[in-house]
Amino acid sequence: MSSVSPRSPHSAVPAEAVPAHRSATFVGMPPFPDAARAATRDSQLRHNLRKATHTIRDKRDTVVSELDDWSELRAAGKAIKDRTLRHLDHYLERLEEAVTAAGGTVHWAADAAEANAIVTGLVRATGERDVVKVKSMATQEIELNEALAEAGITAYETDLAELIVQLSEDLPSHILVPAIHRNRAEIREIFRDRMAAWGAPAPDDLSDDPRALAEAARVHLRERFLRTRVAVSGANFAVAETGTLVVLESEGNGRMCLTLPRTLISVVGIEKIVPTWSDLEVFLQLLPRSSTGERMNPYTSTWTGVTPGDGPQEFHLVLLDNGRTDVLADTVGRQALRCIRCSACLNICPVYERAGGHAYGSVYPGPIGAILTPQLRGTASPADAALPYASSLCGACYEVCPVAIDIPEVLVHLREEVTARPGHLGEKAAMGAAGWVLEGERRLGAAQRAASAARGLVPRRLPGPGAAWTDTRDIPEIPEESFRSWWRREGRHGRAETEGPAPGQLRDDPAERAGRGEDGGR
Amino acid sequence: MRIALFITCVNDTLYPRTGQAVVRLLRRLGHEVVFPESQTCCGQMHYNTGYRREAQRLAVRFVETFADADAVLAPSGSCAAMVRDNYPRLGEPGSRLDRAVAELAPRVYDLSELLVDVLGVTDVGAYFPHTVTYHPTCHGLRLLKLGDRPYRLLREVRGIDLRELPGAAECCGFGGTFAVKNPDVSAAMGSDKARNVAATGAEVLCAVDNSCLMHIGGTLERGRTGVKAVHLAEILASTEQEPARI
Repeated sequence: MSSVSPRSPHSAVPAEAVPAHRSATFVGMPPFPDAARAATRDSQLRHNLRKATHTIRDKRDTVVSELDDWSELRAAGKAIKDRTLRHLDHYLERLEEAVTAAGGTVHWAADAAEANAIVTGLVRATGERDVVKVKSMATQEIELNEALAEAGITAYETDLAELIVQLSEDLPSHILVPAIHRNRAEIREIFRDRMAAWGAPAPDDLSDDPRALAEAARVHLRERFLRTRVAVSGANFAVAETGTLVVLESEGNGRMCLTLPRTLISVVGIEKIVPTWSDLEVFLQLLPRSSTGERMNPYTSTWTGVTPGDGPQEFHLVLLDNGRTDVLADTVGRQALRCIRCSACLNICPVYERAGGHAYGSVYPGPIGAILTPQLRGTASPADAALPYASSLCGACYEVCPVAIDIPEVLVHLREEVTARPGHLGEKAAMGAAGWVLEGERRLGAAQRAASAARGLVPRRLPGPGAAWTDTRDIPEIPEESFRSWWRREGRHGRAETEGPAPGQLRDDPAERAGRGEDGGR
Repeated sequence: MRIALFITCVNDTLYPRTGQAVVRLLRRLGHEVVFPESQTCCGQMHYNTGYRREAQRLAVRFVETFADADAVLAPSGSCAAMVRDNYPRLGEPGSRLDRAVAELAPRVYDLSELLVDVLGVTDVGAYFPHTVTYHPTCHGLRLLKLGDRPYRLLREVRGIDLRELPGAAECCGFGGTFAVKNPDVSAAMGSDKARNVAATGAEVLCAVDNSCLMHIGGTLERGRTGVKAVHLAEILASTEQEPARI
């Protein structure tokens, strides 16, 4: 649990109606298998996730399959990102020059603490105590809202789903749809119970009709947009050649934040760079179809430094490293930096669908989170070491990834990192023993004979680690004889049939067949 | 044709019936089957769990065992995929292992690939008078890209009533050690898969991988559904004269 809290400035509001995680951050959450255990038993959560992920999954599938050149676009997206990451130092300096020339100020942040200190200082300098926020993963990663709260500054989320999460003192559970774990009945309760504490209240007769919920959010937020003089954003892309930042969103709330306030501060991961506008064109096709399943993004905002008399008159760009250069140094793991945060891997993932986003203990859940978080935070803690194993390696994530991140490859790579650390002694011993048996066919044969001899002694419910299997599944019966043993005794004597069955090879009497030891019997 | 059988450790130890069915089927089609006895395991469990060195040693054993084979049949989609997709990542580029893998891996086949692509047959003369649904498995679908090969084989089976499986492309939740490291998610995935299987009304669930079948089948058995998990080889080996026991 963290000591800081993003709680409302008016803290006396009961929230009993809405069960939620009360911790402000993911710090201290249990490892994935434990967190997922609770999630798999929450039928409301399972229902919400199933419905939402299948809906977006199907939409994506429809709009992707209508493009003949999707695989070429995907290859182009991968190639552009790889080339940019190879020459990242060059493009970062180009970006800095262009932003500065356009009247913006560039700040470099090595880690979360530096970035938070920079943003806090910039807000303080304006004399304001409130900021409006555009939905941003980078600011969640560094826990900016909590840092601002410590400095007496309130950050107001304006993305509809982030608003839901903030009002309910919850945590985001999805990159694109942070409140995906909530259904509209729950959202109605959150709005009704919590909005008044933060600003304009929800109407008394609020229904769970999506239109009514959106209208309540619109009224609540509109007043905020008109009043607040500082905005904080992230960016989906930063175009190095012109110093232009790009945000894609669906609601227009981001555009309000990007145009109305006097000061705009953007916190952007260093991997968000694309060299040119023609590179951007590729991603503006890949991202909407992969994320929301739309052919074109509804609100695409771009801004370049400061335009006198139009929009924010003060612009700061905070370029965030926070572990990214370490990721870049890993030749297998660095492909995770190609990620454009579309969430297609979350929506297709059968593990995410059952475990939900909170179980990943990070602002980056799902398959991409399982490879990004342990690279950004390391694998020293039990929670981070469990993340590379939070996948059945089914490969669906790789298949849908618009920049072709081979997530299973990186998962296995990170598992190797985990097993290279001290600990996991029981598993290492078991794996070593299995390896020893399998490295000799005689040893394997002996192990199989021992298993067959003990076949009557195997209980239906196994003790110890075996219980993880038999709690929910029956175990197969151990055969009387292994294939290897059958082959040696009988199988190797057979021959190919050229013209129909050879005499003696087909036996019509099942009892005789069983007696002669076919089908594993002896 | 002379076909080297890589039985795989799971089939060898727990599902000899599948191996016997493969032998019967290939001999019936007029081919010779050899079983190099130095074989053990492809190393998939070690590799996928993060034990690269152990996997490397098993990969070396595999390429040495099968170096001279014209065609290697692995009647397990995930083991075939381990060799074809992951072995190239195991050896240092240009190393002996790396070169041996590059030379051998293209000749390693799953059963449906061997039959359809190499032996050029879809009607194998099988008879299986049961209602069947087919689960394509992740490795078969996304790594080996088996496509409709298993269906083309199953459609030619006499007496079969083939039912489409809803949500077929979705993982069953086995995932090797995933099944015990994350038992709750694995079970949740498995029960959803089992529910889809049961919804088809099939008596038999078919796949090209006994590991997935062990998980889904174990779930089906625990649920007392009466649905039986059967490897594709056993269905294709079944004939009027010698019907598969299900």
